[in-house]
Amino acid sequence: MTAVPSVSVGSGAAGAAVFPDSDSRRYRYFEPRSKRATHYEDVTVDVQPDPERYLLQDWIISFPNGKGAYTKDNTAALSSNWHAFRAPDQEWERTHYQRQSKIEGMVQSVIANGRKSGAPKAFNKAWVKILQNHLGAWKHVEFGLGTSLMQAQRYGYTQMINNATLTNSSYKLRLAQDITLYLAEIGMDIPGFDDAAGKRTWLEDKGWQGAREAVESIMGSSDYLEQYFAINIVFEPLVGELFRSGFLMQVASSNGDFITPSVISAAEADYERNLANTIDLLHLLVTDNQHAAHNKNLFQGWVDKHVALANKAAAGLQPIWSQPHSKPVQYADARAQSVERIKKILGELGLVLPKE
Amino acid sequence: MSGTLTLNKITAQRGISVGDAAKKIADLGWNPSYVQEAMTFPTDYKITKAPKDPMKQVLRSYFPMQEEKDNRVYGALDAALRGDMFRNVEPRWVEWMKLFLAIIPFPEISAARSMAMVGRLAPGEDLRTGFTMQMVDEFRHSTIQMNLKRWYMENYIDPAGFDITEEAFGKCYATTIGRQFGEGFITGDAITSANIYLTVVAETAFTNTLFVAMPSEAARNGDYALPTVFLSVQSDESRHIGNGHSMLMSMLKEPDNHLLIERDLRYAFWQNHAIVDAAIGTFIEYGTTNRDKNKESYAEMWHRWIFEDYYRTYMLPLEKYGIKIHHDDVQTAWKRLTEKHYVHRVAQFFAVGWSVNFWRIEAQTDKDFEWFEHKYPGWYAQFGEFWKWYEKLSHPGQTNILFNSDVGYVYPHRCWSCLVPCLIREDIVTDEIDGKLYTFAHELDRWTAVQAFAGEYEGRPTPAMGRFSGRREWESCYDGWDLADAIKDLGFVRTDGKTLVPQPHLRFDEKEMWTLDDVRGHTLKSPLLTLREMSPADREAHLAEYRKGFTVNPCN
Repeated sequence: MTAVPSVSVGSGAAGAAVFPDSDSRRYRYFEPRSKRATHYEDVTVDVQPDPERYLLQDWIISFPNGKGAYTKDNTAALSSNWHAFRAPDQEWERTHYQRQSKIEGMVQSVIANGRKSGAPKAFNKAWVKILQNHLGAWKHVEFGLGTSLMQAQRYGYTQMINNATLTNSSYKLRLAQDITLYLAEIGMDIPGFDDAAGKRTWLEDKGWQGAREAVESIMGSSDYLEQYFAINIVFEPLVGELFRSGFLMQVASSNGDFITPSVISAAEADYERNLANTIDLLHLLVTDNQHAAHNKNLFQGWVDKHVALANKAAAGLQPIWSQPHSKPVQYADARAQSVERIKKILGELGLVLPKE
Repeated sequence: MSGTLTLNKITAQRGISVGDAAKKIADLGWNPSYVQEAMTFPTDYKITKAPKDPMKQVLRSYFPMQEEKDNRVYGALDAALRGDMFRNVEPRWVEWMKLFLAIIPFPEISAARSMAMVGRLAPGEDLRTGFTMQMVDEFRHSTIQMNLKRWYMENYIDPAGFDITEEAFGKCYATTIGRQFGEGFITGDAITSANIYLTVVAETAFTNTLFVAMPSEAARNGDYALPTVFLSVQSDESRHIGNGHSMLMSMLKEPDNHLLIERDLRYAFWQNHAIVDAAIGTFIEYGTTNRDKNKESYAEMWHRWIFEDYYRTYMLPLEKYGIKIHHDDVQTAWKRLTEKHYVHRVAQFFAVGWSVNFWRIEAQTDKDFEWFEHKYPGWYAQFGEFWKWYEKLSHPGQTNILFNSDVGYVYPHRCWSCLVPCLIREDIVTDEIDGKLYTFAHELDRWTAVQAFAGEYEGRPTPAMGRFSGRREWESCYDGWDLADAIKDLGFVRTDGKTLVPQPHLRFDEKEMWTLDDVRGHTLKSPLLTLREMSPADREAHLAEYRKGFTVNPCN
């Protein structure tokens, strides 16, 4: 037994010795979006490989139809470079938990303090019914969109696309649960509050069937990008923001409810981030140097399909605006605002809002 | 003031119970009636009974809990730097982290993707929160591990190898084994991959060696960062194990599933053994400088966690549900680890191929020899001379060990199933798939590729089952290439354009570092293509010779 131990420099620390690449302290296998890679890029880019980057042996397990783990045809959209996308919200695990945790802390504090002060008992009676039935129904919308995005995050061609979809799903499912628990908690303070009414309304109330059809259409799509597109480009401005901002946030306080807007407000900030991510991705696709025309045509088709469904959904919800005792905002105004909003979004992508 | 009066009592208000909260959240789902969800994830399993959520957790408590765990992790990383961890860390250990951390973020994020699959296939929504948490957990694991790797790159003496990590993952002859692991979570029959292979076997059995045994060894080598990150990762696994078990219990209710469960448990156990034990066994036994004879060897830990804990308390009870458990497979795996020196043969294979790796592998020394002999009697007779050769040939100017005929090492065939080579030479088997010849490390690997991954299993159609595909034998990608050209093509060259990223030593001195010129002039060959080109008689003779094994020549 005569092997000789290696002589080391006595330290494993950076700078303890100088030799080729002893100072190579950046990931050097991808081009950062800016001069220097962001933390998000470092922990995200290329973790999901593909035969272009860098699977020497191609995918080594396939589905029975011969397709590998990730293929470009999981969407009808085309790209000359799927790898270009970087999520503007730069979300990775640490920022995600920090943000979600902060929201949960805020929501729980507001609910607990509101309940301590007896606020739910002071809610206007008509408003209580609205929360019970319609906010109760809305939680299913958020849940349906969250599960759609959970499905979609399996299919994107790059880690950047899938992680942005994953965090979007996480935000939606958190909101669905926040609403569920919020209603259950205030329900304990409000005599006669029927916690099961929301689901009944969702499944049976005529006014909600348009929303249910729109959500189920998104859930039923097998094109992951169509799901992401339909949610953030169409459904959210025409139905999501309409109901959350255009109704709940504006009407609650004048009916004695200062809690609901706080619970819901986080969703509006979630959406701003998810919208920014979606637009950035889609913008790459509608300006693609090879496939712009194809993509614009495809997206216009998705706009036409999902706007029709969203319009039907919004119209079905219209009567809710007349149910509160105090009516500080009219449906027509809220609707006009959401139409303006989607026009702006579509304008960014060179798409047009179909006429009703 | 009353002794019983507390702030909690003053401020307490009625809340909903955890069970009630979980129940209400599970009621968020409904059966669509306007548009049916597309069954985009194929499976041959039938699942009619909704799985139950044993954990009853909600996102409201999940996110703050995870943030707190993160705070501890990132605080500890800062503390490690302030405590000058890298001055005392063992480079032998950190070098192997270049391989480990190149592999692991992909299986982790694949597990996140696979939650889409089980979430869609599980009836009801009881377990949806469990799947959601696991999805976000796996996103956590993938990015927190990428962050750890970045941290090593920024602070460790030799960042080369960390700096090309994800590219290297896609190309290296060792990481191909890890890709088999990760792709196994997301491709083929959705339940086979996302439930049995990932959760019921990989997470329930093998994360103990991955995320508990490895951190212990890291700490023994002065690396406090890996334990901090990976024990935090492991703390998420109990939820995942719960998800997997709950799904499994639902599937057991359907007798038609039993044959598939038996098949998949068999495949998953064997392949997890072949892959995880190869990699983690090597890291723990060969990446350490700690040779305390009182510590457990990898084989001893395996016996505790895999044999005693998993096999006896998880697999065996499945028999009462009518699932056939292949006891012999577990015994065979155990024998491979002990009597047949599986891990040691893998480490030897990695070392032989150091020049197509992307990290440094140091020779084992006298101190190591003594420990190995103590823990694995008979080790020195089989491996001692090899490691002496390895040390001797670690200086530039020597003939690369891969091509040095003085050594006597015979380069192995690659197993078409687990992608670890056929290192236990006597166990090699061959078979044909679609008229083409393949080599397998063991009969169970052959069974996996030929019988399990097929459109029919024991007379039953299995149209959802995946197939092994791609250029699975790494060596065939560079058949006929000059070694130097292959290394260049792999990208395993430092930015000076000549010095290799991998080195067969830990001498951090430019004069000691191998360059392309030191490895040029040797031609790589694919053992599989060579075997296929042989006449049947020559092939039989070759395999007979292969099964006899080889003897490393004495190193003087």
